[in-house]
Amino acid sequence: MKIDMTVNGRNVSGEVEGRTLLVEFLREGLGLTGTHVGCDTSQCGACVVHVDGAAVKACSIFAAECDGAQVATIEGQGNADGSLGAIQQAFQDYHGLQCGFCTPGMVMSAAALLKDNPKPSEAEVRDYLQGNLCRCTGYHNIVKAILAASGQEVAPVARVEA
Amino acid sequence: MYDFELMRPATLDEAIAALGDEDAQPLSGGQTLIPTLKNRLAMPSRLVSLSGIAELRGVTVEGDVMRIGGGTTHGAVAREAADRFPGLAGLAARIGDPAVRNRGTIGGSVANNDPSACYPAAAMATGATIVVQGAEGARDIAADDYFQGMFATALEEGEIVTGLRFPIPLASNYQKFEQPASRFPLVGVFVARYGDRVGVGVTGAAEDGVFRWAEAEEALAEEFSPRAVEALRLPAEGLIGDLHGTPEYRAHVARVMTARAVSAAG
Ligand SMILES: Cc1cc2nc3c(=O)[nH]c(=O)nc-3n(C[C@H](O)[C@H](O)[C@H](O)COP(=O)(O)OP(=O)(O)OC[C@H]3O[C@@H](n4cnc5c(N)ncnc54)[C@H](O)[C@@H]3O)c2cc1C
Ligand code: FES
Ligand code: FES
Repeated sequence: MKIDMTVNGRNVSGEVEGRTLLVEFLREGLGLTGTHVGCDTSQCGACVVHVDGAAVKACSIFAAECDGAQVATIEGQGNADGSLGAIQQAFQDYHGLQCGFCTPGMVMSAAALLKDNPKPSEAEVRDYLQGNLCRCTGYHNIVKAILAASGQEVAPVARVEA
Repeated sequence: MYDFELMRPATLDEAIAALGDEDAQPLSGGQTLIPTLKNRLAMPSRLVSLSGIAELRGVTVEGDVMRIGGGTTHGAVAREAADRFPGLAGLAARIGDPAVRNRGTIGGSVANNDPSACYPAAAMATGATIVVQGAEGARDIAADDYFQGMFATALEEGEIVTGLRFPIPLASNYQKFEQPASRFPLVGVFVARYGDRVGVGVTGAAEDGVFRWAEAEEALAEEFSPRAVEALRLPAEGLIGDLHGTPEYRAHVARVMTARAVSAAG
Protein backbone atom coordinates (compact mmCIF):
# COMPACT_ATOMS: atom_id res chain seq x y z
CA MET A 1 0.00 0.00 0.00
CA LYS A 2 1.09 3.57 -0.55
CA ILE A 3 1.69 5.83 2.43
CA ASP A 4 2.51 9.52 2.84
CA MET A 5 4.03 11.21 5.84
CA THR A 6 6.14 14.18 6.82
CA VAL A 7 9.63 13.27 8.01
CA ASN A 8 11.65 16.09 9.54
CA GLY A 9 9.41 18.58 7.77
CA ARG A 10 9.75 16.97 4.34
CA ASN A 11 6.82 15.26 2.59
CA VAL A 12 7.67 11.70 1.68
CA SER A 13 5.73 8.78 0.28
CA GLY A 14 6.46 5.15 -0.37
CA GLU A 15 5.11 1.67 -0.94
CA VAL A 16 4.96 -0.56 2.15
CA GLU A 17 3.55 -3.93 3.22
CA GLY A 18 1.24 -4.19 6.23
CA ARG A 19 4.12 -5.68 8.22
CA THR A 20 6.68 -2.98 7.32
CA LEU A 21 7.86 -1.38 10.56
CA LEU A 22 8.34 2.37 10.72
CA VAL A 23 12.05 1.83 11.40
CA GLU A 24 12.36 -0.26 8.23
CA PHE A 25 10.60 2.39 6.19
CA LEU A 26 12.89 5.10 7.58
CA ARG A 27 16.13 3.16 7.15
CA GLU A 28 15.52 1.10 4.04
CA GLY A 29 12.81 3.12 2.32
CA LEU A 30 14.15 6.63 2.97
CA GLY A 31 17.81 5.90 3.67
CA LEU A 32 17.58 7.61 7.06
CA THR A 33 19.91 5.24 8.87
CA GLY A 34 20.39 7.45 11.92
CA THR A 35 17.56 5.64 13.67
CA HIS A 36 19.13 2.44 15.01
CA VAL A 37 17.78 -1.02 15.72
CA GLY A 38 19.41 -2.26 18.90
CA CYS A 39 17.18 -5.08 20.02
CA ASP A 40 14.10 -5.25 17.79
CA THR A 41 12.23 -6.48 20.89
CA SER A 42 11.04 -3.07 22.24
CA GLN A 43 13.52 -3.04 25.08
CA CYS A 44 16.45 -0.78 24.18
CA GLY A 45 15.06 2.50 22.80
CA ALA A 46 17.81 2.94 20.16
CA CYS A 47 14.98 3.34 17.62
CA VAL A 48 13.07 6.14 19.39
CA VAL A 49 11.57 8.73 17.00
CA HIS A 50 8.69 11.16 17.42
CA VAL A 51 5.33 10.49 15.79
CA ASP A 52 3.03 13.51 15.99
CA GLY A 53 5.23 14.84 18.76
CA ALA A 54 5.25 11.72 20.93
CA ALA A 55 8.33 9.54 21.52
CA VAL A 56 7.72 6.03 20.19
CA LYS A 57 9.84 2.99 19.44
CA ALA A 58 10.04 2.84 15.66
CA CYS A 59 10.60 -0.93 15.84
CA SER A 60 7.20 -1.34 17.49
CA ILE A 61 4.89 0.57 15.17
CA PHE A 62 3.95 -0.19 11.58
CA ALA A 63 4.81 2.34 8.90
CA ALA A 64 1.23 2.26 7.63
CA GLU A 65 0.00 3.40 11.05
CA CYS A 66 2.02 6.58 10.48
CA ASP A 67 0.26 7.38 7.22
CA GLY A 68 -0.42 11.11 7.39
CA ALA A 69 1.69 11.61 10.52
CA GLN A 70 4.49 14.05 11.32
CA VAL A 71 7.61 12.03 12.06
CA ALA A 72 10.82 13.45 13.53
CA THR A 73 14.10 11.53 13.56
CA ILE A 74 17.66 12.18 14.68
CA GLU A 75 18.47 13.54 11.21
CA GLY A 76 16.22 16.50 11.99
CA GLN A 77 17.97 17.39 15.24
CA GLY A 78 20.83 19.32 13.67
CA ASN A 79 20.64 23.04 12.96
CA ALA A 80 19.83 24.30 9.46
CA ASP A 81 23.49 25.23 8.88
CA GLY A 82 24.58 21.64 9.52
CA SER A 83 25.95 22.26 13.02
CA LEU A 84 24.86 20.10 15.94
CA GLY A 85 21.59 20.87 17.73
CA ALA A 86 21.69 21.89 21.39
CA ILE A 87 21.10 18.38 22.75
CA GLN A 88 23.57 16.81 20.33
CA GLN A 89 26.19 19.44 21.22
CA ALA A 90 25.67 18.77 24.94
CA PHE A 91 26.19 15.03 24.35
CA GLN A 92 29.51 15.89 22.72
CA ASP A 93 30.55 18.42 25.38
CA TYR A 94 29.70 16.15 28.31
CA HIS A 95 30.97 12.94 26.76
CA GLY A 96 27.45 11.49 26.68
CA LEU A 97 28.39 8.83 24.17
CA GLN A 98 31.05 6.25 23.57
CA CYS A 99 30.17 3.81 20.77
CA GLY A 100 27.20 6.01 19.86
CA PHE A 101 24.79 3.20 19.08
CA CYS A 102 22.21 4.25 21.68
CA THR A 103 22.71 7.97 21.02
CA PRO A 104 20.00 8.64 18.40
CA GLY A 105 17.37 7.18 20.71
CA MET A 106 18.82 8.98 23.73
CA VAL A 107 18.75 12.33 21.93
CA MET A 108 15.19 11.80 20.68
CA SER A 109 13.99 10.77 24.16
CA ALA A 110 15.76 13.79 25.63
CA ALA A 111 14.09 16.05 23.07
CA ALA A 112 10.67 14.64 23.99
CA LEU A 113 11.36 15.12 27.69
CA LEU A 114 12.57 18.71 27.34
CA LYS A 115 9.57 19.62 25.22
CA ASP A 116 7.22 18.67 28.09
CA ASN A 117 9.51 19.51 30.96
CA PRO A 118 12.07 22.20 30.00
CA LYS A 119 13.95 22.10 33.35
CA PRO A 120 13.82 18.51 34.59
CA SER A 121 15.50 17.37 37.80
CA GLU A 122 18.18 14.70 37.62
CA ALA A 123 15.68 12.14 38.95
CA GLU A 124 13.17 13.10 36.25
CA VAL A 125 15.81 12.66 33.54
CA ARG A 126 16.77 9.23 34.84
CA ASP A 127 13.14 8.22 35.13
CA TYR A 128 12.40 9.34 31.58
CA LEU A 129 15.30 7.29 30.20
CA GLN A 130 13.98 4.02 31.63
CA GLY A 131 13.38 2.67 28.15
CA ASN A 132 16.74 3.73 26.69
CA LEU A 133 19.58 1.32 27.32
CA CYS A 134 23.24 2.23 26.98
CA ARG A 135 25.88 -0.44 27.23
CA CYS A 136 28.88 1.91 27.32
CA THR A 137 28.58 5.10 29.29
CA GLY A 138 27.05 4.09 32.60
CA TYR A 139 24.47 6.85 32.00
CA HIS A 140 26.00 9.55 34.23
CA ASN A 141 27.29 11.65 31.36
CA ILE A 142 24.11 11.17 29.37
CA VAL A 143 22.12 12.56 32.30
CA LYS A 144 24.60 15.43 32.66
CA ALA A 145 24.36 16.23 28.95
CA ILE A 146 20.58 16.41 29.08
CA LEU A 147 20.62 18.61 32.17
CA ALA A 148 23.17 20.87 30.47
CA ALA A 149 21.07 20.98 27.29
CA SER A 150 18.17 22.22 29.43
CA GLY A 151 20.33 25.18 30.45
CA GLN A 152 20.98 23.97 33.99
CA GLU A 153 24.34 24.11 35.73
CA VAL A 154 26.15 20.77 35.84
CA ALA A 155 29.65 19.91 36.92
CA PRO A 156 31.93 19.69 33.90
CA VAL A 157 33.44 16.33 33.01
CA ALA A 158 36.75 15.71 34.73
CA ARG A 159 39.65 17.03 32.69
CA VAL A 160 42.93 15.18 32.66
CA GLU A 161 45.85 17.60 33.11
CA ALA A 162 48.40 17.24 30.32
CA MET B 1 6.86 -11.69 10.74
CA TYR B 2 4.37 -13.44 8.47
CA ASP B 3 2.63 -11.12 6.07
CA PHE B 4 -0.88 -9.85 6.76
CA GLU B 5 -3.28 -7.22 5.59
CA LEU B 6 -3.33 -4.10 7.79
CA MET B 7 -6.63 -2.23 7.97
CA ARG B 8 -7.13 1.17 9.59
CA PRO B 9 -10.86 1.72 10.14
CA ALA B 10 -12.04 5.09 11.44
CA THR B 11 -15.10 3.82 13.34
CA LEU B 12 -15.90 1.04 15.79
CA ASP B 13 -18.58 -0.40 13.48
CA GLU B 14 -16.11 -0.71 10.62
CA ALA B 15 -13.59 -2.35 12.94
CA ILE B 16 -16.12 -4.91 14.16
CA ALA B 17 -17.12 -5.69 10.57
CA ALA B 18 -13.45 -6.09 9.58
CA LEU B 19 -12.89 -8.47 12.51
CA GLY B 20 -15.64 -10.74 11.19
CA ASP B 21 -13.06 -12.26 8.86
CA GLU B 22 -11.57 -15.51 10.10
CA ASP B 23 -7.99 -15.06 11.42
CA ALA B 24 -8.46 -11.30 11.79
CA GLN B 25 -7.09 -9.78 15.00
CA PRO B 26 -7.26 -6.31 16.57
CA LEU B 27 -4.07 -4.24 16.80
CA SER B 28 -4.06 -1.53 19.43
CA GLY B 29 -0.76 -0.07 20.70
CA GLY B 30 1.16 -3.04 19.33
CA GLN B 31 3.52 -3.03 22.33
CA THR B 32 2.72 -6.68 22.99
CA LEU B 33 1.38 -7.82 19.64
CA ILE B 34 4.22 -6.57 17.40
CA PRO B 35 6.93 -8.43 19.37
CA THR B 36 4.65 -11.50 19.30
CA LEU B 37 4.32 -11.24 15.51
CA LYS B 38 8.09 -10.85 15.13
CA ASN B 39 8.54 -14.12 17.01
CA ARG B 40 6.00 -15.72 14.67
CA LEU B 41 3.88 -16.68 17.67
CA ALA B 42 0.79 -15.33 15.93
CA MET B 43 -0.26 -15.61 12.29
CA PRO B 44 -3.26 -13.35 11.66
CA SER B 45 -4.31 -12.92 8.03
CA ARG B 46 -5.56 -9.44 8.83
CA LEU B 47 -4.80 -6.90 11.54
CA VAL B 48 -7.44 -4.33 12.30
CA SER B 49 -5.74 -1.27 13.77
CA LEU B 50 -7.83 0.45 16.44
CA SER B 51 -5.53 3.46 16.78
CA GLY B 52 -7.47 5.61 14.29
CA ILE B 53 -10.81 5.20 16.10
CA ALA B 54 -11.46 8.40 18.07
CA GLU B 55 -14.54 7.01 19.87
CA LEU B 56 -12.31 4.43 21.63
CA ARG B 57 -10.16 7.09 23.30
CA GLY B 58 -10.70 9.26 26.33
CA VAL B 59 -11.29 9.47 30.07
CA THR B 60 -14.66 10.71 31.33
CA VAL B 61 -16.18 10.92 34.79
CA GLU B 62 -19.87 10.52 35.57
CA GLY B 63 -20.63 10.80 39.26
CA ASP B 64 -18.48 8.23 41.04
CA VAL B 65 -17.57 6.28 37.93
CA MET B 66 -14.60 6.81 35.63
CA ARG B 67 -14.97 5.50 32.10
CA ILE B 68 -11.82 4.93 30.08
CA GLY B 69 -12.00 4.08 26.37
CA GLY B 70 -10.20 0.89 25.34
CA GLY B 71 -7.94 2.78 22.94
CA THR B 72 -6.69 5.23 25.59
CA THR B 73 -2.92 5.05 25.99
CA HIS B 74 -1.24 4.51 29.34
CA GLY B 75 0.26 7.99 28.99
CA ALA B 76 -3.18 9.56 28.51
CA VAL B 77 -4.56 7.70 31.55
CA ALA B 78 -1.59 8.91 33.63
CA ARG B 79 -2.45 12.51 32.69
CA GLU B 80 -6.23 12.47 32.49
CA ALA B 81 -7.07 10.29 35.52
CA ALA B 82 -4.67 12.14 37.83
CA ASP B 83 -7.22 14.51 39.40
CA ARG B 84 -10.06 12.15 40.15
CA PHE B 85 -8.34 8.78 40.44
CA PRO B 86 -4.66 9.28 41.29
CA GLY B 87 -4.17 5.62 42.23
CA LEU B 88 -4.95 4.54 38.68
CA ALA B 89 -2.99 7.41 37.14
CA GLY B 90 0.02 6.37 39.23
CA LEU B 91 -0.29 2.81 37.98
CA ALA B 92 -0.44 3.95 34.35
CA ALA B 93 2.53 6.30 34.82
CA ARG B 94 4.78 3.39 35.75
CA ILE B 95 3.92 0.92 32.98
CA GLY B 96 7.04 0.22 30.91
CA ASP B 97 8.69 3.46 29.79
CA PRO B 98 7.53 6.73 28.17
CA ALA B 99 7.62 5.38 24.60
CA VAL B 100 5.64 2.26 25.59
CA ARG B 101 3.12 4.48 27.38
CA ASN B 102 2.67 6.63 24.29
CA ARG B 103 1.46 3.59 22.32
CA GLY B 104 0.23 0.87 24.69
CA THR B 105 -3.46 0.99 25.63
CA ILE B 106 -5.66 -0.09 28.50
CA GLY B 107 -7.86 -2.14 26.14
CA GLY B 108 -4.83 -4.00 24.79
CA SER B 109 -3.59 -4.66 28.30
CA VAL B 110 -6.82 -6.19 29.59
CA ALA B 111 -7.44 -8.08 26.30
CA ASN B 112 -4.01 -9.63 26.59
CA ASN B 113 -4.27 -10.37 30.35
CA ASP B 114 -0.58 -11.01 30.84
CA PRO B 115 -0.21 -12.61 34.29
CA SER B 116 2.08 -9.68 35.20
CA ALA B 117 0.05 -6.85 33.65
CA CYS B 118 -0.70 -3.89 35.92
CA TYR B 119 -4.26 -2.81 34.96
CA PRO B 120 -5.93 -6.14 35.85
CA ALA B 121 -4.92 -5.59 39.52
CA ALA B 122 -6.78 -2.25 39.52
CA ALA B 123 -9.77 -3.68 37.66
CA MET B 124 -10.11 -6.50 40.21
CA ALA B 125 -9.58 -4.33 43.29
CA THR B 126 -12.11 -1.72 42.19
CA GLY B 127 -14.68 -4.17 40.85
CA ALA B 128 -14.47 -2.54 37.41
CA THR B 129 -16.72 -3.42 34.49
CA ILE B 130 -15.12 -4.37 31.19
CA VAL B 131 -17.24 -3.24 28.25
CA VAL B 132 -16.84 -5.30 25.08
CA GLN B 133 -18.53 -5.11 21.71
CA GLY B 134 -18.78 -7.51 18.77
CA ALA B 135 -21.05 -8.34 15.86
CA GLU B 136 -23.70 -9.52 18.36
CA GLY B 137 -23.70 -6.18 20.20
CA ALA B 138 -22.19 -4.83 23.40
CA ARG B 139 -21.97 -6.49 26.80
CA ASP B 140 -20.73 -5.55 30.25
CA ILE B 141 -18.52 -8.04 32.09
CA ALA B 142 -17.59 -7.77 35.77
CA ALA B 143 -13.83 -7.95 36.36
CA ASP B 144 -14.30 -11.06 38.56
CA ASP B 145 -15.82 -12.89 35.58
CA TYR B 146 -13.67 -11.34 32.89
CA PHE B 147 -10.15 -12.41 33.95
CA GLN B 148 -9.99 -16.19 33.57
CA GLY B 149 -6.35 -17.15 34.10
CA MET B 150 -3.04 -16.51 32.37
CA PHE B 151 -3.76 -14.77 29.03
CA ALA B 152 -7.39 -16.01 29.26
CA THR B 153 -10.42 -13.71 29.36
CA ALA B 154 -14.17 -13.76 28.74
CA LEU B 155 -13.58 -11.97 25.43
CA GLU B 156 -15.13 -13.84 22.47
CA GLU B 157 -13.65 -14.08 18.99
CA GLY B 158 -14.24 -10.84 17.10
CA GLU B 159 -15.04 -8.78 20.22
CA ILE B 160 -13.28 -5.53 21.05
CA VAL B 161 -12.69 -4.13 24.54
CA THR B 162 -14.32 -0.73 24.03
CA GLY B 163 -13.76 0.53 27.56
CA LEU B 164 -13.62 0.02 31.30
CA ARG B 165 -15.79 1.56 34.00
CA PHE B 166 -14.10 2.02 37.36
CA PRO B 167 -16.05 2.90 40.53
CA ILE B 168 -13.80 5.69 41.85
CA PRO B 169 -12.49 4.76 45.31
CA LEU B 170 -12.18 7.13 48.28
CA ALA B 171 -8.48 6.26 48.38
CA SER B 172 -6.28 3.92 46.39
CA ASN B 173 -2.70 3.07 45.56
CA TYR B 174 -0.70 0.68 43.40
CA GLN B 175 2.61 -0.75 44.51
CA LYS B 176 4.75 -2.37 41.86
CA PHE B 177 7.76 -4.46 42.81
CA GLU B 178 9.61 -4.34 39.52
CA GLN B 179 11.40 -7.19 37.86
CA PRO B 180 14.29 -4.96 36.80
CA ALA B 181 15.02 -6.51 33.39
CA SER B 182 11.48 -6.49 32.01
CA ARG B 183 10.15 -3.65 34.19
CA PHE B 184 6.92 -5.64 34.54
CA PRO B 185 5.84 -6.23 38.13
CA LEU B 186 7.30 -9.29 39.79
CA VAL B 187 4.39 -8.65 42.12
CA GLY B 188 2.00 -5.69 41.93
CA VAL B 189 -0.78 -4.88 44.40
CA PHE B 190 -3.64 -2.43 43.94
CA VAL B 191 -5.58 -1.43 47.06
CA ALA B 192 -8.87 0.50 46.78
CA ARG B 193 -10.88 1.76 49.73
CA TYR B 194 -14.63 2.49 49.50
CA GLY B 195 -17.14 3.50 52.17
CA ASP B 196 -18.30 -0.09 52.68
CA ARG B 197 -15.46 -2.31 51.43
CA VAL B 198 -11.80 -2.59 50.51
CA GLY B 199 -10.52 -4.25 47.32
CA VAL B 200 -7.08 -5.84 46.99
CA GLY B 201 -5.94 -6.99 43.51
CA VAL B 202 -2.68 -8.90 43.12
CA THR B 203 -0.85 -9.32 39.80
CA GLY B 204 2.38 -11.03 38.80
CA ALA B 205 2.22 -13.54 41.62
CA ALA B 206 -0.13 -16.36 40.65
CA GLU B 207 -0.08 -19.09 38.02
CA ASP B 208 -3.75 -18.34 37.31
CA GLY B 209 -3.05 -14.64 36.82
CA VAL B 210 -4.57 -11.73 38.66
CA PHE B 211 -6.61 -12.44 41.83
CA ARG B 212 -8.31 -10.72 44.74
CA TRP B 213 -6.80 -11.39 48.14
CA ALA B 214 -10.04 -11.87 50.06
CA GLU B 215 -8.46 -12.28 53.50
CA ALA B 216 -6.67 -8.94 53.19
CA GLU B 217 -9.85 -7.28 51.91
CA GLU B 218 -11.71 -8.41 55.04
CA ALA B 219 -8.94 -7.44 57.44
CA LEU B 220 -8.62 -4.01 55.81
CA ALA B 221 -12.37 -3.42 55.84
CA GLU B 222 -12.17 -3.89 59.65
CA GLU B 223 -9.13 -1.69 60.05
CA PHE B 224 -7.55 0.20 57.15
CA SER B 225 -3.95 0.23 58.30
CA PRO B 226 -0.71 -1.58 57.36
CA ARG B 227 -0.90 -3.29 60.74
CA ALA B 228 -4.03 -5.14 59.69
CA VAL B 229 -2.04 -6.83 56.91
CA GLU B 230 1.05 -7.68 58.93
CA ALA B 231 -0.53 -10.65 60.72
CA LEU B 232 -1.78 -12.21 57.46
CA ARG B 233 -0.04 -14.93 55.46
CA LEU B 234 -0.81 -15.36 51.77
CA PRO B 235 -0.61 -19.11 51.01
CA ALA B 236 2.19 -19.96 48.55
CA GLU B 237 0.15 -22.66 46.76
CA GLY B 238 -0.57 -21.68 43.17
CA LEU B 239 1.93 -18.83 43.18
CA ILE B 240 4.62 -18.59 40.49
CA GLY B 241 8.06 -20.03 41.14
CA ASP B 242 10.80 -19.16 38.66
CA LEU B 243 14.38 -17.92 38.57
CA HIS B 244 13.24 -14.53 39.88
CA GLY B 245 11.65 -15.87 43.03
CA THR B 246 10.00 -18.81 44.78
CA PRO B 247 6.26 -18.96 45.50
CA GLU B 248 7.03 -18.27 49.19
CA TYR B 249 9.03 -15.18 48.20
CA ARG B 250 6.19 -13.88 46.03
CA ALA B 251 3.72 -14.46 48.87
CA HIS B 252 5.93 -12.41 51.17
CA VAL B 253 6.37 -9.60 48.60
CA ALA B 254 2.61 -9.49 48.01
CA ARG B 255 1.99 -8.91 51.71
CA VAL B 256 4.65 -6.22 51.94
CA MET B 257 3.31 -4.48 48.80
CA THR B 258 -0.22 -4.61 50.21
CA ALA B 259 0.91 -2.95 53.44
CA ARG B 260 2.81 -0.29 51.48
CA ALA B 261 -0.18 0.39 49.26
CA VAL B 262 -2.35 0.85 52.36
CA SER B 263 0.14 3.32 53.86
CA ALA B 264 0.44 5.24 50.62
CA ALA B 265 -3.34 5.32 50.01
CA GLY B 266 -3.84 6.78 53.49
C1 LIG C 1 9.32 -2.64 27.42
C2 LIG C 1 7.91 -2.92 27.83
C3 LIG C 1 7.56 -2.83 29.17
C4 LIG C 1 6.26 -3.07 29.59
N1 LIG C 1 5.97 -2.96 30.92
C5 LIG C 1 4.71 -3.22 31.34
C6 LIG C 1 4.36 -3.09 32.72
O1 LIG C 1 5.17 -2.76 33.57
N2 LIG C 1 3.07 -3.36 33.07
C7 LIG C 1 2.12 -3.70 32.16
O2 LIG C 1 0.98 -3.89 32.54
N3 LIG C 1 2.42 -3.80 30.86
C8 LIG C 1 3.68 -3.58 30.42
N4 LIG C 1 3.97 -3.68 29.08
C9 LIG C 1 2.90 -4.09 28.14
C10 LIG C 1 2.17 -2.86 27.63
O3 LIG C 1 1.39 -2.34 28.67
C11 LIG C 1 1.26 -3.16 26.43
O4 LIG C 1 0.93 -1.91 25.93
C12 LIG C 1 -0.03 -3.88 26.71
O5 LIG C 1 0.16 -5.11 27.37
C13 LIG C 1 -0.76 -4.24 25.44
O6 LIG C 1 -1.43 -3.10 24.97
P1 LIG C 1 -1.35 -2.67 23.46
O7 LIG C 1 -2.31 -1.58 23.30
O8 LIG C 1 0.05 -2.42 23.10
O9 LIG C 1 -1.94 -3.97 22.73
P2 LIG C 1 -1.45 -4.78 21.46
O10 LIG C 1 -0.05 -5.19 21.60
O11 LIG C 1 -1.84 -4.06 20.22
O12 LIG C 1 -2.41 -6.05 21.59
C14 LIG C 1 -2.25 -7.02 22.61
C15 LIG C 1 -3.31 -8.13 22.41
O13 LIG C 1 -4.60 -7.66 22.71
C16 LIG C 1 -5.46 -7.68 21.57
N5 LIG C 1 -6.17 -6.40 21.62
C17 LIG C 1 -5.60 -5.16 21.66
N6 LIG C 1 -6.54 -4.22 21.87
C18 LIG C 1 -7.72 -4.87 21.96
C19 LIG C 1 -9.05 -4.43 22.20
N7 LIG C 1 -9.35 -3.13 22.41
N8 LIG C 1 -10.01 -5.37 22.24
C20 LIG C 1 -9.73 -6.69 22.06
N9 LIG C 1 -8.49 -7.16 21.86
C21 LIG C 1 -7.49 -6.26 21.80
C22 LIG C 1 -4.55 -7.88 20.38
O14 LIG C 1 -5.18 -8.56 19.34
C23 LIG C 1 -3.40 -8.66 20.98
O15 LIG C 1 -3.74 -10.01 21.07
C24 LIG C 1 5.26 -3.43 28.63
C25 LIG C 1 5.60 -3.52 27.29
C26 LIG C 1 6.90 -3.26 26.88
C27 LIG C 1 7.22 -3.36 25.43
S1 FES D 1 15.27 -1.46 18.51
FE1 FES D 1 13.39 -0.62 19.11
S2 FES D 1 13.50 -0.74 21.25
FE2 FES D 1 15.34 -1.71 20.66
S1 FES E 1 27.29 4.81 23.86
FE1 FES E 1 27.46 2.72 23.38
S2 FES E 1 25.49 1.97 23.85
FE2 FES E 1 25.41 3.98 24.57
